[in-house]
Parts: sequence; structure tokens; C-alpha cells
Amino acid sequence: MNSYKKSQKINKVIVGIILIIGGIIAVMPFIWMILSSFKVNAEIVSMESGILPKEWTLQNFIDLFEKMNFGVYLKNTLIITAFSFGGMFLNAMAGYGFAKYRFTGRNSLFIMILATMMIPGQVTMIPVYLILNKLGLTNTLAGIVLPGLVGAYGIFLFRQFMSTISDELLEAARLDGASEFYIFTRIIIPLSKPILAVQGILTFIAGWNSFMWPLIIANDEKYYTLSVGLQLLQGQYGNNYALQMAGATFMVVPIIIIFLTFQKYILQGFNVSGLK
Amino acid sequence: MKSANKKAPYFFISPAIILLLIFSILPIFIALFISFTDLSLAGLADWSRVSFIGIDNYKNILADPIFIKAAGNTLYYVVIGVPLVVMISLGLAILINVGDGKFFSFMRLIFYSPSITNIVAVSVVWTFLYNPNIAIGLFNQILDLVGIAPVSWLLDPSVAKLSLIVLALWRGTGINMLIFLAALQGIPPEYYEAAELDGASKWNQLRYITVPMLKFSIFFVSVTTVIGWLQFFEEPFVMTEGGPLNSTTSISLFLYRNGFQLNEFGYAAAGSLILFVVIILITLFQLRGQLKNNENEI
Repeated sequence: MNSYKKSQKINKVIVGIILIIGGIIAVMPFIWMILSSFKVNAEIVSMESGILPKEWTLQNFIDLFEKMNFGVYLKNTLIITAFSFGGMFLNAMAGYGFAKYRFTGRNSLFIMILATMMIPGQVTMIPVYLILNKLGLTNTLAGIVLPGLVGAYGIFLFRQFMSTISDELLEAARLDGASEFYIFTRIIIPLSKPILAVQGILTFIAGWNSFMWPLIIANDEKYYTLSVGLQLLQGQYGNNYALQMAGATFMVVPIIIIFLTFQKYILQGFNVSGLK
Repeated sequence: MKSANKKAPYFFISPAIILLLIFSILPIFIALFISFTDLSLAGLADWSRVSFIGIDNYKNILADPIFIKAAGNTLYYVVIGVPLVVMISLGLAILINVGDGKFFSFMRLIFYSPSITNIVAVSVVWTFLYNPNIAIGLFNQILDLVGIAPVSWLLDPSVAKLSLIVLALWRGTGINMLIFLAALQGIPPEYYEAAELDGASKWNQLRYITVPMLKFSIFFVSVTTVIGWLQFFEEPFVMTEGGPLNSTTSISLFLYRNGFQLNEFGYAAAGSLILFVVIILITLFQLRGQLKNNENEI
């Protein structure tokens, strides 16, 4: 038995070493990005550049806001993200409707919602563009936000979670004369904190990272998001690697901080969603 | 359950249903309709200039050498990329599942972190890492340290596709690893204990316990990964614009280019429907395989 335990321990050490090597490969692009963003571009393109910056500079980050319109892009991205939380509320409402009511068409409507998950973005992008064009919403923030406001996956997860809330609780509230919407906002929402946390973080990340749709809908730089702005920056300042890395750092680091802060909930989300 | 109000459920679901109808269901029918027309930017301004052309778009696109090339590239991404994603993420999950201390949960975070970051930002960073100039690109600097000549990662048509796959692997394994981990933790430890007593090797335990128990997760990860690779877009768009010589152009990039840079809406819509049908067929094919597997077990 002793030798068994010993071999187990050796196994763990070997696995640990493999994981550390893999881990270094996984984070290396981030480290390189962050360190380069504090370098002067001349240092990056010179032959004798080391890992650490020779002289640390914040000039790249200042340039993002002064030379490029990163302030505007940041504002747009935050507005889009804020609206997507409204979309999350609509998903929660729909999830509740499907979880807690029996009504005509319930199953067929729910299957229809799930089926929309199969539709690739490439099929809908041209027709949605045409619809928004008819509505006069191309080149507006509303046009960027509306098509992605609700999603089948979110509705599905809310329904799964809310099915577990007891019916008696709702009955008791009804007997006390609470309206259906009151029950939803005052009882269901507070009880759904775990799933709201998961969905909230995923919504934030999705909003922050959105690229293809804003790229299609926004022609005017006024409406660019950070992703679109960064792609533009790569085109305009192709040789200024330090500036590009500052832009990338500005997009990646906030998400990593949010992720590390809330990772417990995100990882739980994989159990909530029941992907076992 | 007694319902207080018959209209209440419709009140809750209608905003989501209406939005999905307008932005997901209706567009399929519009796509189908315009794929039989020659709708372009000119037609958008003046609808009388749009005419029905039957299946010409489909005929033309299937004869379009760039579409054929993009389809071949996309097939290449799927055939090389999917098995690699499944194997690497399953391997990582098995390694991380060996221990349950702080170290192992920290490693889980490390490997997951690339999955949540912005694709555009990451593509910009990797373009920099892949820079062929030995003074600039980190990868060639590392190769130089071990005495290997620089590689022109994104500039050589035969290497460029693989370079994009490496990036997508780096980014795509984390989320699938988490799915496998959740599944691994669901396997009763008694199975391994019994196998251990019978003297089964680790390799046999992996083959006869772990992999069969993970059948559903492997199926799920394969399907979502195939669908993801079929829609591969951001990386080639940002890093290579489909070049060199269209060697990295994916079907998605081809559709974007025709739809929104050349404004050939009808033509691109036809291409998108071909992609849609392929996705449905592949998914149904995989689903059938999964169901058959389950029957054999019973």
C-alpha cells in the first residue's frame, strides 16, 4: 500500500509539471502582450529587445485615447453591454413563463426557441441587416443591440433553474393577492441569484467582446465598439506594435479581472447548466 | 397548477418570442427568398431593379473557385481542428482531475482564461507573436534560441492555416476542458477502485471506464466544435484577411466579403444557406451516431 501511495505521489508531481508547462504556454501571450504595451515601439522593433521593458512607459495607453477614439469606443461598448442586461431580463421573463405556467403552445414555442440555436449567424446576418435597414436602424447603437438582445441559450438556462422553485411558494403569494409580475420581480428574481450571476457575467463578457455585428452595422466611427476600433487600429498603425498591444491589453485585462473575481460563479454555471 | 391569469404566461414570453421571430426565424425565410434574386446595393436603393434569377446564385457559387477554396479550407479546419480540440481538452481535464488541491483549481483557471478573452484582441496579439521578423516576433525568437530557422507563419500558404488552428486551439480548449471536468467528476470513484483491485492499468482504466462514461460529453463537444469551426471568422479576418492567396479564407469570411464588402446580398445569402444545410446535415449525422451508440449499449 505504501508503495502505491508513493507512486500516486510521483504521478501527481509529473502531472503537476506537465500542467505548469502547459500553463506557461497558455498565459505567455498575455504576459508578452502586457509587457509589450509598456515598451516604446522602437524597443520592440530593435534587435536587442528583452522580455521586460528597458524603460516603462504609459504613452501607448495615453495615445489610445488621444490619437485614437478609444474613449468613444469604450462608451459605446459600455452602452451596448448595459442594454444587453435588459436583454437578460427578457430572457429571465421568458424562462419563467416556460418554467412555471401550463399554456397552449408551450411545447412547440419552446422547441422553436431551442431550434434557433442551430441557425448560424451567417444565415441571419444579411436578412437582419436588410430588416434594420428598412427600419432605419443601421448605423445606430439600437441596431447593434436589438438583434442579440435575447437568446435561446439564456432562456433555456433560466427555465432549467426556475423549474426547481416550488409551486407552493407562488400559490401562497397568489392567495395573498400578489400580481403575476410582482411575484416575478419580488420572489422569482431574488431566488434566482445564482443563475443571474452566471448569466450576468456571461452577458457582460459577450457584450464587451462583440465584434462581427457591430462591424457590419456601424459605418460611422462614432458607433464603433472597442473590438472594431482595435481592428481599425491594427490597420492604421500596422507597425506600431506597442500601441496595438496597449489596445489589446485594454480589452483583455478588464475581462480577466472580472473573470478572476467572479470565477466561482462561472465555474458553478457549468454545473447549473447540467452539462454532465 | 392553478393559474391566476390565462394571459400571464404570454406576457412573460412574448418579448423574447417576438424578438426571436424578427431576428432569427423571419431572417431564414428572407435569406431563402433573396437567394433566388440578384439583390445588391443597387437593388437596395431601388427595389424595381431586383429580379428573380432562379437558382443562378447557387449554380454560380458552386462554380466559384474562391468558394470551392474556402469550402476546402473550412473542411481542413474541421478535420484537423476538431480532433485536436477534443483530445487536448480531454487530456487537460484528465490531468487536472488527478488532484483537487489549490494548485489544480488554479490550473483550471489558467487554462480557461484564453476562452473568455476578446478574439480580436487575441488575434492582434498573435499576429504580433507570429511576426516573421526575428527582431519582432516572439515565436521566431524562441525558435532562434534553439537554432531553428525563422518560419513565415502567416505569410506561407502552407503554414498559415495551421498557424490559425494553433491560435484557435489555444483559445478553444478551455471551455471544453470545463465541460469534460464536470463530466469526469460525475464518474463514481468505485469504478476505478474496482479496476485498480483487478490490476487494470491506467491506460485500460482510461479506455474502458473514462472514455465510455464520457460519451455524451465527447459527443456534445464534437458537435459544438464542428459547428464553431464551420463558422470560423474572426481569426482569418483580423490576422490574414483570408490570404495569402486565399489559403486561410473560410466560408464565413467568403460570405462576409461578398455580402458586406461587395454588397452582393443575393449571392451571399445563397452561400449562407448552403452552409446552413451542411451544418444541419452534419449535426443530424452526429446525432444519429450518438443514438446508435446508445442502442448498442442497451
